[in-house]
Amino acid sequence: MKKFIHDFHIIENKDLNPGHFVLTLKPEVNLPPIFPGQFAEVRIDGSTGTFLRRPLSFHDVDYDANTITLLVQRKGDGTNRLAVMKPGDTINMVYPLGNSFHIGSSGERALLVGGGCGVAPLLYLGKILAKNGIRVTTLMGARSEEYIMEPERYKGHGELLLTTEDGKAGTKGYVIHHEVWRERNFSFDRVYTCGPDPMMKAVARLAVRHQVPCEVSLEQTMACGVGACLCCVIETNEGNKCTCTDGPVFDPNDLKNWLE
Amino acid sequence: MKPSLEVNIHNLVLKNPVMTASGTFGYGPEFEDFFDPSVLGGIFVKGTTGKLRQGNPYPRMAETPMGMLNAVGLQNKGVDGFISDIYPKIKHYGTHLIVNVSGSTVEEYIEVAEKINALEHIPAIELNISCPNVKEGGMAFGTSCPSAAAVTRAVREVYHKTMIVKLSPNVTNIAEIAQVVEGAGADAVSVVNTLLGMAINAETRRPVLSTVTGGLSGPAIKPVALRMVWQTAKAVKIPVIGLGGIMTATDAIEFLLAGATAVQVGTANFIDPTVCPKIIAGIESYMIRHETEDIKSLINGLITV
Repeated sequence: MKKFIHDFHIIENKDLNPGHFVLTLKPEVNLPPIFPGQFAEVRIDGSTGTFLRRPLSFHDVDYDANTITLLVQRKGDGTNRLAVMKPGDTINMVYPLGNSFHIGSSGERALLVGGGCGVAPLLYLGKILAKNGIRVTTLMGARSEEYIMEPERYKGHGELLLTTEDGKAGTKGYVIHHEVWRERNFSFDRVYTCGPDPMMKAVARLAVRHQVPCEVSLEQTMACGVGACLCCVIETNEGNKCTCTDGPVFDPNDLKNWLE
Repeated sequence: MKPSLEVNIHNLVLKNPVMTASGTFGYGPEFEDFFDPSVLGGIFVKGTTGKLRQGNPYPRMAETPMGMLNAVGLQNKGVDGFISDIYPKIKHYGTHLIVNVSGSTVEEYIEVAEKINALEHIPAIELNISCPNVKEGGMAFGTSCPSAAAVTRAVREVYHKTMIVKLSPNVTNIAEIAQVVEGAGADAVSVVNTLLGMAINAETRRPVLSTVTGGLSGPAIKPVALRMVWQTAKAVKIPVIGLGGIMTATDAIEFLLAGATAVQVGTANFIDPTVCPKIIAGIESYMIRHETEDIKSLINGLITV
């Protein structure tokens, strides 16, 4: 897949909660094909502490409006700089990078499990799955009610299930505590997950118990994003692989010590 | 009049002095979507060892102010993997392909150099005696005069094309090391590899890198690299290839003025995959602006009086 380097203009910068915001961006050219699970390397200018680009997964792609959206967590100097950018400002991106989620066949049922900012790539994934005739259930785990992000957008293409740590919305606990995992409730053909590693490992083990394929989307510290620097490696059964080019989507069966 | 950007490194004629540094450009295909690698003066491909190496455990990289630390540890397919899987895909490039030769023992350097010597489309090697991220060999060879001379001399016996030696900045006197490898048969030197550094996460009270220490690159090291190029260029007769934190054409020209005949662009490739053609174009416009017809007149052109 051909990679590009383009400037994007910010159309909208919307705060979702104190920790997260959504950027809507438009390039000066027509968007190339972008698949769910892929990411962009975003350049952040004017910060002495942010030297490298930031890998951010595509949250949504709208070919009609020729826009993309990024769901960003405020983590440090770089993302805080993005957080204060305004409509009209420009950011440079190298994209689309990495592999993508496998899209099953029509009539299948898919469970998409996201924790925290890990829901980012699952919105676009759910949208594309639904477009392909797959019935989509998104299970979103949030710290608290305030951190349930854009529920209506997920409901637009399927069912939305929630967990919060205090139980004020949805099921109390983490995503793995949701009743959807109980034997009599579980009726999915495939599981996709993105979030913190311990959560994804637990979800992957549950998928194995239910004997359905699972895909995990990893986040590793990254420099180049194109497979040149070999910094973002993950240990697989076939040796070290680059998260940026061999991933970010992996089958947890291929990852060393992931299902133990 | 179009200025001439051509420079010579031993018997290699470079169309321009801008090359990519080993470990920062993969083998070339990784950047083909962004520009034609043939526009480069040369490509230094990833460090190649005798056997396949998995490198160091993750985390291998730490971002630092205006730079980064890496501890990749020479992950590569080994020389046989390079020859069978990679060489056929890049040998048609219209630029010089230079293999960075690494090893843990003198025997390993010899083995890799001999195999690379047999490849028609590889006109040169860069002997890496300065990798700070491997337990054995690497930088250990490049930080003392006797061992730097020994490995250079041993490879010189089996390698018959252009041999460049990549020097470590982690020494007291780089000029001394450069003179010793010149005496042992090096045709050029690359100055410098990464500076040994470390990063700590104060919250967890742990090192950021799995190896604790790693190699610092990026603009943070540019003043150190410039100084070392200047010292080395005064001490040897062979060409010096300058590298360390070059992000722009101006940076590249500073290295030429300090005495470098050519430059390598490394970490900047991670920030902007199109940086190399921009640097080449920028050098050309600098020359036009300064009415410089031949880039060779910039080499060693530092005015100190």
